[in-house]
Amino acid sequence: MLSPEDVQKVATLARLKLSEEELEQIGHQLGEILDYVAVLDEVDVSEVEPMAHVADVFNAFRADETRVSLPREESLSNAPKTDGKYFLVPQILENA
Amino acid sequence: MDITGSTTGQLLDAMQNGTVSAVEVTQAYLNEISAHGETVGAFLSVDSEGSLTQAAEVDRKRSSGESLGKLAGLPVAVKDNICTKGLATTCASRMLENFVPPYDAHVTTQLQNADAIIIGKANLDEFAMGSSTENSALQVTRNPWNIDHAPGGSSGGSAAAVGARLASMGIGSDTGGSIRQPASFCGVVGMKPTYGRVSRYGLVAFASSLDQIGPFATDVTGTARLLESIAGYDVRDSTSVDRPVPGYSATVEQPLENLRVGVVSEFFGEGIDSDVDASIRAAIDVYRSLGAEVSEVSLPHTRYAVATYYLIACSEASSNLARYDGVHYGRRAEQFENMIDMYAASRAEGFGAEVKRRIMLGVFALSEGYSDQYYLKGLKVRRLIRNDFDAAFENVDVLAGPTCPTPAFKIGELVDDPLQMYLSDICTISANLAGIPGVSVPAGFSSNGLPIGLQLLAGPFEEEKLLRAARMFERETVWHTKRPSFS
Amino acid sequence: MEFTPIIGLEVHVQLLTKSKLFCGCPNLFNPDNPNVQTCPVCIGLPGSLPVMNQEALRLSQKTAMALNLNLANFTKWDRKQYYYPDLPKAYQISQFDLPFSYDGWVEVTLPSSGETTKVRLIRAHLEEDAGKNMHDESGRGGDSKVDLNRTGTPLLEIVSEPDIRSAEEARVFLEELRLLLRYIEVSDCNMQEGSMRCDANVNLHVHEDGEKIPTPIVEVKNLNSFRGVEAAIEHEIKRQIKAWETDRKRIGDVPKETRGWDADRGQTFGQRGKEDAADYRYFPDPDLVPVTTTDEQFDAIRATLCVFPADRRNSYVSDLGLSDYDASVIVDQGREYADYFDEVTSVCGDGKQAANWLTQDVQRELNDRKIEIAEFSILASVLGTVLQKIVKGEITIKSGRAVFTELLAQSDDGSDVTANSVDTIIADKGLGKVQDTGKIDIAIQAVIGNERNAKAVEDVRGGKQQAVGPLIGQVMRELKGADAGSVRQMIIDKLTS
Ligand SMILES: [Mg+2]
Ligand SMILES: [Zn+2]
Repeated sequence: MLSPEDVQKVATLARLKLSEEELEQIGHQLGEILDYVAVLDEVDVSEVEPMAHVADVFNAFRADETRVSLPREESLSNAPKTDGKYFLVPQILENA
Repeated sequence: MDITGSTTGQLLDAMQNGTVSAVEVTQAYLNEISAHGETVGAFLSVDSEGSLTQAAEVDRKRSSGESLGKLAGLPVAVKDNICTKGLATTCASRMLENFVPPYDAHVTTQLQNADAIIIGKANLDEFAMGSSTENSALQVTRNPWNIDHAPGGSSGGSAAAVGARLASMGIGSDTGGSIRQPASFCGVVGMKPTYGRVSRYGLVAFASSLDQIGPFATDVTGTARLLESIAGYDVRDSTSVDRPVPGYSATVEQPLENLRVGVVSEFFGEGIDSDVDASIRAAIDVYRSLGAEVSEVSLPHTRYAVATYYLIACSEASSNLARYDGVHYGRRAEQFENMIDMYAASRAEGFGAEVKRRIMLGVFALSEGYSDQYYLKGLKVRRLIRNDFDAAFENVDVLAGPTCPTPAFKIGELVDDPLQMYLSDICTISANLAGIPGVSVPAGFSSNGLPIGLQLLAGPFEEEKLLRAARMFERETVWHTKRPSFS
Repeated sequence: MEFTPIIGLEVHVQLLTKSKLFCGCPNLFNPDNPNVQTCPVCIGLPGSLPVMNQEALRLSQKTAMALNLNLANFTKWDRKQYYYPDLPKAYQISQFDLPFSYDGWVEVTLPSSGETTKVRLIRAHLEEDAGKNMHDESGRGGDSKVDLNRTGTPLLEIVSEPDIRSAEEARVFLEELRLLLRYIEVSDCNMQEGSMRCDANVNLHVHEDGEKIPTPIVEVKNLNSFRGVEAAIEHEIKRQIKAWETDRKRIGDVPKETRGWDADRGQTFGQRGKEDAADYRYFPDPDLVPVTTTDEQFDAIRATLCVFPADRRNSYVSDLGLSDYDASVIVDQGREYADYFDEVTSVCGDGKQAANWLTQDVQRELNDRKIEIAEFSILASVLGTVLQKIVKGEITIKSGRAVFTELLAQSDDGSDVTANSVDTIIADKGLGKVQDTGKIDIAIQAVIGNERNAKAVEDVRGGKQQAVGPLIGQVMRELKGADAGSVRQMIIDKLTS
């Protein structure tokens, strides 16, 4: 079971601002899901290689050639805030 | 001519013969959308003007004798998590409500090259996370067979659009059953190709190692035709596989000789609806009657598939969705204290409950001290699930079972019980974990008139065999010809 | 108090590819024109996917060979997750548990002691660079600006073992690294432009009562000049000695601290600690497939490598007889300089002669003209031709200098100077050594017989050897290019035998 502190820690890592109510609800639901996931404890995987990719594809390369980039206005076109040249964000606190 | 009641093949013939024009076809679907679109809620946006322009271009090409693509003049509903340049691509999320991609997905380009008409963008569960389309933050989609019921999901909009005959074909994405399950719920054919068969370039990622784009149509032949137009290697997707695309529609009518069908015992377990059970057993009898060799097959790790799936899918999702932070695109909160708070507030506002839940699960499953127990364990069990399939396909050509243990559930029935909702994907999820192709074909109706889907699975890159096997069944049955009453 | 500084470096180096690591945007330093080298992939737009630049891998593997690193036949990509506005996907594609190379070393020689040591390397891995954030400097808390031109540039991270024992050694290590990477042409290692950046991990081993006590490790971030690296470490060592003397904190007593470097004030400063310890949640990137390289492919890359600086220094000393000092001066100027030297040497056949000219005459011209060897108008083959004539005794060193000066003058006037120009100059100015002793004999007879020289001739005959000078001068004036030594001997022989 996850403690409220654990849930808050996960929410911080996930960059999700959750209300007390949401924290409690999600904490509860995560707990249930983790209980369910514990079914995997039955499986002996000591001799099993993890499978991150399902297709046996290797070495998908691109030649070192340049392609036309997007015009700046298109790159910025979906940004919430710009000055026409840069993406703008609230002041960055160094190392915050 | 009953345009919207026609199959893709009938429409292509009619346009070829000059019986109807592409503009007439598109207009007929637009009329249906005007009449029933609001009831069904399949589309998040309809591009009437653009689709009529495209249709007129098809007619012009035809009359001037220019070569036409394989889907010339066929209206297609594209799931709104596939990028369309200049057309909003929202993923049914508040986060991307105003996002207009400056580029086309590979599949979008393929559809355009085939001269298909992109008639609109279809609703989905937010970021494709869900099994009912109820997680759309923007709109409710209803099952065309009974509007109190869900269309399934996450590609519920595309399935409902084709089921309600608001589009001739649909494009969806399938991460854990998101094409096959809504196809089954809406009484249409839906297919998840082999992982790597269709480029994911421009598909907004949910779980990258599981996501696969695939076709919907009212029949198997239409499905084959759409698949052969979108499949193929794309250098922009490193995980797409470089091997030729067979002409599926050319061979789909050829029955398979000495077909061996394996019936997956685990798919008939606890919780299966009795109507579903009866319909699927009857469907298997159809194969018997066609001379197929039917045997029971066990996939012993099926019991672990849902848990494995949620660990892997949520882990990848937590990473894929980290980019929505209100800096370069997407929603930014109006109120915040500082930059960190801006991230957290924007994400809290932009994402719905299910997306937040999955991100939380994924972050936890990957976090220090837990990743071996959860994420890595998931990857290992995933291999065992794949091994089950490899062993099974040594003895049978296709595996058969229900697409979903139940017909479409009611809207609102499972929203407060995420775990129960997850369990409705029990029969579809394994194919995504193993990367193999699967198709759902209409196979009957429940006592209350809701469609039931038969799921067939085959080994990697056996789409041709799968479609031919599906067509063998379809030819013997009438389920695919049934239409919801209002359509 | 007795202590040993323990220093490890993490160096980030941008690779010289044409395009970025995972997309086709140009890989160019372009700070004045923000957000023009961007596309769906490097902005991390929804739906975009990375595809790996093969050249970036090749350059990385080449680097690993130069750094004596072991190369992996199998490597893969992982996501490193953290939030920062210059990181659009909120994860960096990097390498975690299976980097493409591991376990290597770089040999460094300390100028102060002449001592040579090996700094071991833990690994080198490939990753994508982030963009750049610019903070509002007004202090009014205005918005920060984000430029993604740099986002996705291929970056090599090279991590050393904590084998470095002084600030000087850290600087020399970095200089040697830069020299090496420039030699093999994988990076320009320009610290001002950020194509080479360095973080230093510093702590002390305090020796007390036969015990060795490690103090807490401090990471000094974002050092962007060689002098900065040396000064920051020096300052940090002093600061840590004081800290030990006041708080006696050992490693593990406090969390690892991150400090910045204020070059103006010559101090490191504490950066506000993160509230939550970083948890990067590494996992294999599902959008990228693993990479395999065969030993044959490694051999093919190895075959393209040049001779490394350290080997070159050694061979200059042992094969050409250069001093350690001259060998280092030539090699440390960079590969083009050493290549120039090699060509001069191969044409003239005398490394020492070539080294003298390069470190003196040529270097003086380069300094005066503020140019690099690549821009020098006298090609190596031409200088080699001049030196060859000296080595063969066809002209004197003095004449060689005159030819050199004339070659420069001609090229300054806009003519191309070639090996043929050398012959023309020698002929035109009569700088060729006169080999014909008959001719010299006649000239000497004429000078000796001249009335004006009667006194000098007498003095020489009388044993006053210094009187021979003016006589030599006259003969030489008559016969440009005669060897002064032989003329002197011939005059003395004639007058004293
Ligand atoms: Mg790094
Ligand atoms: Zn780019």
